[in-house]
Amino acid sequence: MQSRAAGNRRAAPMRMILRKLVFYLVTAFAAVTVDFFIPHAMPGNPVEAVLARMQGNVTQATIKSLELSYGIGGHQNILIQYLHFWQKLLHGNLGISTSSYPASVTSVISGALPWTLGLVGTATLISFALGTLLGVLVAWRRGTWLDNLLPVTTFFQAAPYFFIAFLALQLFSSSLGWFPSVGAYTQGTEFPGWNGAYIVDVLHHAVLPAVTIVVCSAAGWIVGTRNVMLTTMDEDYVLIAQAKGLSRRRVIWYAARNAVLPSVSGFSLAVGFVVSGALLTEIVFSYPGLGWILLQAVGNRDYPLLQGIFLIITFAVLAANLIADCVYIFLDPRIRQEA
Amino acid sequence: MSVVSADPPDTPDVPVVKRGRVQLPRSPKLLIGLGILVAFLLLAIIGPLIAPFNPSSSLTTTNGVPQAPSAAHWLGTTQVQQDVLSQLLVGGRSTIVVAFVAGAIAAVLSIAIGVTSGYLGGLADDLLSMLANIFLVMPALPLLIVIFGFLPPSGGTNDLLIGLIIAFTGWAWGARVLRAQTLSLRGRDYVVSAQIIGERTWRIIGWEIVPNLLPIIASSFLFTVLYGVGTYTALAFLGLVNTEHWSWGAIMFWAQASSAQVSGYWWWYIPAGLAVALLGTSLALLNFGIDEFINPRLRAAGLTRRRARQAGQARPPKRFVLGLTPVVRAASSDGKPL
Repeated sequence: MQSRAAGNRRAAPMRMILRKLVFYLVTAFAAVTVDFFIPHAMPGNPVEAVLARMQGNVTQATIKSLELSYGIGGHQNILIQYLHFWQKLLHGNLGISTSSYPASVTSVISGALPWTLGLVGTATLISFALGTLLGVLVAWRRGTWLDNLLPVTTFFQAAPYFFIAFLALQLFSSSLGWFPSVGAYTQGTEFPGWNGAYIVDVLHHAVLPAVTIVVCSAAGWIVGTRNVMLTTMDEDYVLIAQAKGLSRRRVIWYAARNAVLPSVSGFSLAVGFVVSGALLTEIVFSYPGLGWILLQAVGNRDYPLLQGIFLIITFAVLAANLIADCVYIFLDPRIRQEA
Repeated sequence: MSVVSADPPDTPDVPVVKRGRVQLPRSPKLLIGLGILVAFLLLAIIGPLIAPFNPSSSLTTTNGVPQAPSAAHWLGTTQVQQDVLSQLLVGGRSTIVVAFVAGAIAAVLSIAIGVTSGYLGGLADDLLSMLANIFLVMPALPLLIVIFGFLPPSGGTNDLLIGLIIAFTGWAWGARVLRAQTLSLRGRDYVVSAQIIGERTWRIIGWEIVPNLLPIIASSFLFTVLYGVGTYTALAFLGLVNTEHWSWGAIMFWAQASSAQVSGYWWWYIPAGLAVALLGTSLALLNFGIDEFINPRLRAAGLTRRRARQAGQARPPKRFVLGLTPVVRAASSDGKPL
């Protein structure tokens, strides 16, 4: 009996993760379904709808790629088309880009994805770590000048990412000339391979976009962590820890560990916003990631590419969610007990 | 409503329950936020009327060079001699209308779905929560980009339609918060007694539960308006809404399309960006005010030594110590406002 209970306890995290996984699979399924049905919800078949929106700027290549992307002329039964859509998707086929025909959507996206993953992934992690630490600090030092940080963060939280990007570009690139303004590496040269100079060049180009993303997204973590920390600091166990005469640093650590938990679970909700803001930041800096090709897709009315980007971003966000959930289950023993 | 507590003395910060009405705390955050918001609402009403120029009329007398601010054009011009101030004034109405329409529709959706699922429980709760969670984790902006990409061109100028579509992606957070709060209210005595009396379910939800959720509803409404401002601006900035339909995002779309940020034409994009940020800040400040109203601990945390003394603490602590939130007597004497 006892060993079985112990076994259950050990299996509980796995079961939680499995449940989360099923939820994200359902969400991914919903996203794919929505992605398929939006073009079909518009009047006419998708090819006609797209052609109508292009207002005459249609080449033979466009029509060809549209037919390849949406099925020939879209005359088949909608359910069969839907199944075809899934079949193609599972083979990694997201259709043909109309603006860079005959390149496939998959190849266009895979050219841009590494830049976005590198920039946005790093910036998000830095911002989470920095914001959480600052939040703990602001709560700990309440009543001091640090409280003045809050109105500032409110402003950065409310300002659009791309506006802060505009300002950063104007100030640190146009006026001061400290950082380059365009792209992810110095243009016009052949790819020199991953040598030291190239890496420094790439990092130099990434500083401004990354700082913009960190400044805009850290504000949310600061306020969130501060509020939870204030509530946690009133818990009895913190009072007892203090009454026992533990060092201040130790007490803060006990409180902070628990105050950070809601931030981790909130991470999954915030990551969608952060990624969206980061894509807009890329546009301002002409950073060759997903945001930049998204702008191109909007400008060229490249619908298969738009839909492909939506799916890729959604899948990436869901994956980030799953990872955050796993970390949370690992961090919080209460969750493991409840399962 | 909650019971009137032992009458707190003369402190202004206390929400006092008087004849069933809740008086909001007069915190500076709330007042500043409200002030800015009212100013923007006035701007939305009179902005298009006082705009000195037609925001779309263009000239090419300066060979496509944007002009810096001058007496004739207080905020300068775009590269085709459009007056930026006029664009800002006209664009404010669209931005604010879209945001508030989105907030209002999303509030209705989140009350309907969140409160229903929290109150009913069981299978209905499971399904509705699942729906809310799916909308919560699906990144909204990429989804909106696809929807707006396929919208017929005429849809790009209809503020109500834009607000409706944004609301469709923005209700889930409110629904989740309201559901959680409804779960905690469901078992309270007054709800149970209403059930025993035999009130109908919809009457209990509408008359017993929803009034007690008002602070949370207000908070999630403001949150969604904030979301609406940001999202609409982002969509317009991407050029997905008709770019001749003036909004603050559209101004920034044209600035970006002309590389104003690289060429140093700051007057072109800074006013619009600042307007978005200020409007957002005012909404966030209002939200903080409501948060402090709901959670007294946050309120006490904002006390400075001077204000603590004013509030009647004879010897305010030199530095607030862990585990000892200096809850002022008055601030602690209000019951739960819910």
